Amino acid sequence: MLYGFVNSIDPYFLQILVNIGIGITLALGLNIITGLTGQLSLGHAAFMSVGAFAGALLTLKTGSPFYLTLVLSGLFTAAVAALIGWPILRLTGDYLAICTLGFAEIVKVVFLNLEITNKALGLTVPPPQTALPMPVIVLIVAILTIIASTFIQNSRFGRALKAIRDDEIAAESMGINIARYKIQAFAVSAFMAGTGGCLYAHFLGYINPSDFGFLKSVDMLSMVVLGGLGSIPGAVFGASLLSAAPEVLRFMSQYRMLVYGALMVFLMVFRPNGLLGGVNFTDLVLRKLGVRPRGAVRTLEEKH
Amino acid sequence: MFLQQLINGIALGSTYALIALGYTMVYGIIALINFAHGEIFMAGAFVGLLMVGVFKLNIFLAMACAMIFCMVMGVVIEFIAYRPLRKSSRLSAFISAIGVSTFLSSLALMVFGANAKGFPDQAFPSHQISIGDADISTLQLLIIGVSAVLMIGLEFIVQKTKVGKAMRATSEDYNTAALMGVNVNFVISFTFALGSALAAAGGVLVGMLFNAVSFNMGLMAGLKAFAAAVLGGIGSIPGAMLGGLLLGVTEVFGVAIGYSSYRDAIAFAILVLVLLVRPTGLLGRKILKKV
Repeated sequence: MLYGFVNSIDPYFLQILVNIGIGITLALGLNIITGLTGQLSLGHAAFMSVGAFAGALLTLKTGSPFYLTLVLSGLFTAAVAALIGWPILRLTGDYLAICTLGFAEIVKVVFLNLEITNKALGLTVPPPQTALPMPVIVLIVAILTIIASTFIQNSRFGRALKAIRDDEIAAESMGINIARYKIQAFAVSAFMAGTGGCLYAHFLGYINPSDFGFLKSVDMLSMVVLGGLGSIPGAVFGASLLSAAPEVLRFMSQYRMLVYGALMVFLMVFRPNGLLGGVNFTDLVLRKLGVRPRGAVRTLEEKH
Repeated sequence: MFLQQLINGIALGSTYALIALGYTMVYGIIALINFAHGEIFMAGAFVGLLMVGVFKLNIFLAMACAMIFCMVMGVVIEFIAYRPLRKSSRLSAFISAIGVSTFLSSLALMVFGANAKGFPDQAFPSHQISIGDADISTLQLLIIGVSAVLMIGLEFIVQKTKVGKAMRATSEDYNTAALMGVNVNFVISFTFALGSALAAAGGVLVGMLFNAVSFNMGLMAGLKAFAAAVLGGIGSIPGAMLGGLLLGVTEVFGVAIGYSSYRDAIAFAILVLVLLVRPTGLLGRKILKKV
């Protein structure tokens, strides 16, 4: 029945919706390391690519069931992230950013040269045999990521990450083990990127190492910053906007990327904190309902 | 063989160094990673190509035209896309830079098309000179010579002139420099102009070296030059020169010993390895943590 419903949707529209769903998963993953922990990663496409190839190879070589593949590729990506995060997370600021960028380029070139990833030809992935249609799975994963991100943001772990973002030295002197938390945040972030990559591989049916270059990382970062760093609704909104924009702008064919670039500059110039940066939804709703009076004392987080 | 590869490496590396200088100067002053810098490099190459191909100008005149064009371009970009964001978070300015870079490369794609274009043969009569068992082409000599002259010129401007002093003061402490009467806005525009001019010269030289100018040449060259700037210690001018040369030489040697398919990864592998040992680059200052 679900298959019938999904098939009744215009396939072009469906494709955009799935892109948005995958975009949300990726953007929320990056939001944990960049928005929440304040560590700029310019190489997140590499994690997406590790997840995509791990998922594709699991399906192709072992024929494992799709849900298991999805979780395993996420876990594998998280393990890779923890492994490389251990040495490089000592770096700060832009040195970390360029290191992640360099790592992503290395991953891309290595995948382009490995026998098992079929070198520059890329892999063709058969569509998964599941009870649920693929778009529904993407939707469910996107919703699960939103829920997980909300939990993380409000947990003890999330508060420790925010402390690291706001002031590393103060956080350390309060007894927060910075190195451990950074690596854990990196791993969680990579888990989401890996799952997103696995979904991408199985939905599209074809992956190529060149698809996960610097521009893909930049796409993900733009989603997070455009929506508002550290804001979950922001990341969701940014991901939806930027995943849909190239398709929506398709009517102007050759001017498309020109407008896209200009749009990014204009949005940043007029909303430097992102579209939803500094907007607190619970607060807005409470105020509309009259539960919280206008001049109520604000917490530190709301002010930021 | 060794000498030959060393010369090839230095020629390639000095173009990386030219581009890296723009990154490092802008970063030193306003702590912005100017990702549109690679596209300025690409624009410089196209302007140089137009001057040589259409207006039949001498290569040096063409290079000067490209440098002037890109100076204006760099200042305009700074004015539109970075100046309004100077007080906001650095990531916003970074995304704005990426927007500019997307805009410029798609503009170039529309104007010049997707095919790579080559410099005409008579642009620079290149012939080989033998030194021992190595051959050095006059084109490589030109590249090394022009880069060296430009870098010495830059060093002179930064160290000996009044505006250079203002640049150094601004990079040391933006607010204090402004309080002491330095016109910071002018200094920043001037920095963008200088960096863009160097990138344009680099663009023309690289265009001749590989005999190919295309709309997407800015991306990889920009990333590698950025890697060079970070390798040397971002914000440090001698660091950018050293980093550029080092990356060029290792890349050429990596290709020469048979890792040509890993070409684009070699520079980044060196970068990651060096950063693990020296987290602030080769000539970078230690970051002091204020408590």
